[in-house]
Amino acid sequence: MEHAKALLALEDGTLFEGEGFGAAGEVGGEVVFNTSMTGYQEILTDPSYSGQLVAMTYTEIGNYGVNAADAEADKPHVRGFIAREFSRRASSHRAEMSLAEYMERHAIVGIHRIDTRALTRLLREKGSQRGVIASGPGLDATRDRDRLVAAARAVPDLSAIDTVLGVTTPRRYEWRGEPEGAGGGASGAPGHARGAAGPTIAALDYGVKRNILRSLAATGARVVVLPAKTTAEEVLDLDPDGVFLSNGPGDPRMATYAIETIRGLMEKRPIFGICLGHQLTALASGAETFKLKFGHHGANHPVLNQATGKIEITTQNHNYAVEPESARRAGYAITHWNLYDGTVEGMRHRELPLFSVQYHPEAAPGPHDSHYLWGQFLSHLGVRDR
Amino acid sequence: MPKRTDIDKILLIGSGPIIIGQGCEFDYSGTQACKALREEGYRVVLVNSNPATIMTDPEMADRTYIEPITPEVVERIIARERPDVLLPTLGGQTGLNTAVALAESGVLARYRVEMIGAKIEAIRKAEDRELFKRAMESIGMDLPRGAFARSLDEALAVVGSIGYPAIIRPSFTLGGTGGSIAYNIDEFREFVAWGLASSPISEILIEESVLGWKEFELEVMRDVKDNVVIVCSIENMDPMGVHTGDSITVAPAQTLTDREYQAMRDAAIAIIREIGVETGGCNIQFAVDPKTGRMVVIEVNPRVSRSSALASKATGFPIAKIAAKLAIGYTLDEIKNDITRVTPASFEPVLDYVVVKIPRWNFEKFPGVDERLGLQMKSVGEAMAIGGTFKEALQKGIRSLEIGRFGFGADGRDPVDLAALRPEERDAFRDDVTSRLRTSRWDNIFYLRYALLLGLSVEEIRDLTAIDPWFLENLKEIVEMEEEIRLHAASGGEPTRDLLLRAKRMGFADVQLAHLFGKEEPEIRAARKRLGIVPSMKTVDTCAAEFAAFTPYHYSTYDGKETEVEPSERRKILILGGGPNRIGQGIEFDYCCVHAVQALREQGFETILQNSNPETVSTDYDTSDRLYFEPLTLEEILNVIDAERPEGVVVQFGGQTPLKLALALEAAGAPIIGTSPDSIDIAEDRGRFAAIAEKVGMTPPPNGAALTVEDARVIAARVGFPLLVRPSYVLGGRAMRIVYDEMALEEYMRHAADASPGHPVLIDRFLEDAYEVDIDAVADRERCVIGGIMQHIEEAGIHSGDSACVLPTYLIRPEHLDIIRRQTKAVAMELGVVGLMNAQFAIKDGVVYILEVNPRASRTVPFVSKATGTPLAKIAARLMVGQTLAEIGFTEEPKPRHISVKEAVLPFSRFAGVDGFLGPEMKSTGEVMGISPTFGIAFAKSQLAAGEGLPMAGTAFISVNERDQKNVVPIARDLAALKFDLCATRGTALALDAAGLRVKTIPKLTEGRPNVLDLIVNGEIDLIITTPLGKTSRADDAAIRRAAIMRKIPFITTLSAAAAVVLGVKALSDSGMQVRSLQEYHAAAATRGAGAPTHGA
Repeated sequence: MEHAKALLALEDGTLFEGEGFGAAGEVGGEVVFNTSMTGYQEILTDPSYSGQLVAMTYTEIGNYGVNAADAEADKPHVRGFIAREFSRRASSHRAEMSLAEYMERHAIVGIHRIDTRALTRLLREKGSQRGVIASGPGLDATRDRDRLVAAARAVPDLSAIDTVLGVTTPRRYEWRGEPEGAGGGASGAPGHARGAAGPTIAALDYGVKRNILRSLAATGARVVVLPAKTTAEEVLDLDPDGVFLSNGPGDPRMATYAIETIRGLMEKRPIFGICLGHQLTALASGAETFKLKFGHHGANHPVLNQATGKIEITTQNHNYAVEPESARRAGYAITHWNLYDGTVEGMRHRELPLFSVQYHPEAAPGPHDSHYLWGQFLSHLGVRDR
Repeated sequence: MPKRTDIDKILLIGSGPIIIGQGCEFDYSGTQACKALREEGYRVVLVNSNPATIMTDPEMADRTYIEPITPEVVERIIARERPDVLLPTLGGQTGLNTAVALAESGVLARYRVEMIGAKIEAIRKAEDRELFKRAMESIGMDLPRGAFARSLDEALAVVGSIGYPAIIRPSFTLGGTGGSIAYNIDEFREFVAWGLASSPISEILIEESVLGWKEFELEVMRDVKDNVVIVCSIENMDPMGVHTGDSITVAPAQTLTDREYQAMRDAAIAIIREIGVETGGCNIQFAVDPKTGRMVVIEVNPRVSRSSALASKATGFPIAKIAAKLAIGYTLDEIKNDITRVTPASFEPVLDYVVVKIPRWNFEKFPGVDERLGLQMKSVGEAMAIGGTFKEALQKGIRSLEIGRFGFGADGRDPVDLAALRPEERDAFRDDVTSRLRTSRWDNIFYLRYALLLGLSVEEIRDLTAIDPWFLENLKEIVEMEEEIRLHAASGGEPTRDLLLRAKRMGFADVQLAHLFGKEEPEIRAARKRLGIVPSMKTVDTCAAEFAAFTPYHYSTYDGKETEVEPSERRKILILGGGPNRIGQGIEFDYCCVHAVQALREQGFETILQNSNPETVSTDYDTSDRLYFEPLTLEEILNVIDAERPEGVVVQFGGQTPLKLALALEAAGAPIIGTSPDSIDIAEDRGRFAAIAEKVGMTPPPNGAALTVEDARVIAARVGFPLLVRPSYVLGGRAMRIVYDEMALEEYMRHAADASPGHPVLIDRFLEDAYEVDIDAVADRERCVIGGIMQHIEEAGIHSGDSACVLPTYLIRPEHLDIIRRQTKAVAMELGVVGLMNAQFAIKDGVVYILEVNPRASRTVPFVSKATGTPLAKIAARLMVGQTLAEIGFTEEPKPRHISVKEAVLPFSRFAGVDGFLGPEMKSTGEVMGISPTFGIAFAKSQLAAGEGLPMAGTAFISVNERDQKNVVPIARDLAALKFDLCATRGTALALDAAGLRVKTIPKLTEGRPNVLDLIVNGEIDLIITTPLGKTSRADDAAIRRAAIMRKIPFITTLSAAAAVVLGVKALSDSGMQVRSLQEYHAAAATRGAGAPTHGA
């Protein structure tokens, strides 16, 4: 399979010819790029990427292999993986298998040795594209082009489907640390013992990353993870001290049940939302969201913390953003701004114990500059009379 | 926070001469800082002794002091200028140490100068290893185990607890000076003594060895609001134990998981906060145990550094410029990223390419030097390459070194052809390779290839070298490609599109492919183009294409889909740079390239610059209109020409690198402008030049060319000993020797015949005891104007780059100067020089001899330009695009009223045990300049700036040859009058005694003990004057030279230099040292109506 041919076709008709890596086959999805230079494994396993084809802009990917501890979910969610050069060797004392093995095992179709910079520029100029990766013997750029471009155009639009239901937990469970074989605490978070005396957090799972659960647990809280369709009443039946709204894939407007639930909790419990959870909070309050041209996907975006005037270097992974004027009208103060494009990165309700951020304080991959948010959430939990 | 308005005048201290460990990266950072601060409306006062820098161009600062960088001199400048603040973090270790000295002696407090960027406490915490250790421990950082020692006994106690191998690191030194690894107690004793001697405070740290661990660096920036960003991560391919300056390094880090990388990032942020670097850049080094992931902190540099220059070039994030802006109060979010224009500097650059830096060494110039790589840096320069992958960048990096190699071997230049070995030879070679790889050496990279070809596994090689398997696997892929092509070609296969494309993606050069296919380079190029395989030109943009980039900083890569540059409609000139610094081709040529760019930009041309040296100003992305960070090979220059279609290509400013390619470029259709490649060739070709010389009435020294020992004997009989001998077609004084007798000549001839059979050896009469003169001029086809004439202070036979020289000349008779001027002008016309020309003459016994003519930029151009206030390189660039000297208004030789002295700075103290012998082969790494109204002070300043202050009192040792014994008397008398005690060898002592001087007789080395060497070692000698002639005494002096170098005792080898020293000492004791800025010198010259344009014209 060393030089197996692979093709990437985009809905605009562009075709990239490269070599296959990982599983052979044909997969379609929305093509997005990620500019993180480390953390490909966290990206592969981030449920927010459900149904997407991810292109890494850094060119050497797979260098340190794959290990269980760095997984953000029990399986990868990225459907197809694109890089300039995938490494055939895993070199790390932490590696348990090579990236190629991992991708084969999880049927992730990969293509490399293509001009990923040209692809990135195309996505930047034209906005998100649907695409298809085909990899395997017998492919021919001339012969297969039209068929693959047509297939790319037939990929369902993510904003028309509810992708959350594909990634949320099927049943309620309490986070008790890493599953079998996946040791290691939260990346960068101080390790606190989980005490029975700690507060209880109900975490609504729209595609939650493990490092979020690790980070919540590291504050000393008991974390109960709930399916996305859990109702407000069901949440309140648990009598949690606070509610956490997770990240997740897709257009927030599709998750109407989640918006409903949040509406029912807003005045009853302190709430902290991240990414999709942030967008859903906005929608639940009557604010609006919109789709970004090509989204934010990386680990180097500067965010201004309005309260301190300081900059946080943040991990970002979203295609939708909250419209600031509507958020203000809905009773929010904007607390964080993206210094790249001026979009909303965080907000706090002016009256209710309710705040949310668009970016990822749990990082994984990415910098730990925003870890203070976990403590901030914890301090809100005291707001409610117990 | 807006910029500070409570300050107006800022003092910047530069880094002084280029030395190993402190190169021209500080010109790059200092230049950026000057520009950034003046842009903000501050007045900048600059002190730097190095004339070859762009930062000392008079237009870069409001006041430019080319003065020695010592605390005393800087204090005078402070007293004169009264700056509000001092920015100490941009001038390397020299700048930092000087600032610390000024703070500690109370000078800064006395003149109320505030230190900005880093406070004295922060500098101390980072630089003093004991404070550093305590600070790191206080924030829970893991460090190698170890302790400090101030004596051998203390050191032995420490090593008793940590065991061997042990690392010895002296406090407060630069580039690892004095650092060593001891494997046993004997080595330990020796290295401890050296370490204690190297440390200015006689303190060493003895540490647990982390040899073989992985080495990483992070470049960190912090602003006054405590925002911190990581600009770049760097991973060393060479493991811990090899100085990072001697390592192949790669950006970004390749083998860290995100968890590991973030842990390192968290540590770096905690460290910069704890050290207390308020604003600006900081370089932090870590070691990671590949088996366990244990991470320890190795070192922190609280200033911009060689690595930060590399990081700036690797990412497009201008660290020094941002550091300067942060120092005056801005925060990161208030500064715009020049490249994207819309995003702020408060972000972390991301790369979508791989950067490889490879050091450049010059071991061949220092026979006998220990070539093993270790804790002390030995390289003199570096090349950087950008590629889509590590494989591509590495191969580009190797050919960027300009060592005659074109990639990872397979270029027809491999010293061993494996296919030609018999099985038993192959086994023996395998053993050889295996044992070689156990020790780090500069050429190990090529032995890694042999190891892979010989079938050693990645794991076996890792065990030998401690190089991470990821790098080795990539090397293996390159070797597999090589073998695939070899196999294909062996079965008669022609280059196919698939094969060529895959090879080019791995960075193979056309030269390598030509070798593997058994074809010529142009055939491969043609085949490749026919098959549509041409490079894409990509952009370095700090953001991996997430945003549109405006700064045109480009590199080539073979991924086939999209090229980002479009040739513009403007008139365009391509200027070829000088590649990595090496002895003989350094910052002076980069200075010339930058001036050419500036002049042509001013004239409305679009300037395109191609270079591979990350340390330079020329590779700053805002120096030229377009920058191509590419190797300077025929292939890669033609690629840029294809992409840009310039109307002219400039080869005469970048030193030998572009000159050597001039004929090939012209043959390939490149429009070379300025002096024609043919004229350049005439000047290099002895036979062709002889005819021209005769035509213009020049007198070469008696000479001949010999193919055999017999030829040589005949020529020697005709021209007479001593002789200057050198192989033809070798440049920069390589392998040039002076021979005094037939035996030495025969030995040389036999060696030369072996080394390059069929090439004649050039034999010249060596003009012993002559005056030598260097001249720089500019010419169009109508006239030639002299820029300056310099007289060497050292004896003839010492390479001009190693000689001190003075402008104007001070001991040359006017009629001889007239001959020199006339001949220079005539030869310029005869050669059709358009642009710069340098010539060297010697005067002996009333005869003016021509030694060399070089129709190109010379090493002295920046010195002459600074001395006279005439920007020669800028004028030359304008001539090359068709302007005339008359149009420019430069028609008269400038006649400065002040005296400028240039002194060379030598690297001998870096190389233990090397003979500090100066000869026809250049060995200096850098230069300094001293300026004063009088020769004595100018000379004294140059000596002080070069690091060898003149002794104001003490004991002078004098040993001169018979002929000089009479002439040395007045010098000795002056020394005695200056209260020096005199001692001398027997013959000299007799002469001095006869003249009525009190002198002590000292035995020569062969005359018993205690002899002169003992006195030197015991520190009883403060000044050495010897003028030996003849072979035996030269050999005799090696030990004295070594001893003098290691103890930094001034060592004078000519009477004229000795007289200069005396004048200097006398002037210093009479009037003391005055400081004056370059702007004042030039203004004084201009008011006298010299008629020459000043700098910036």
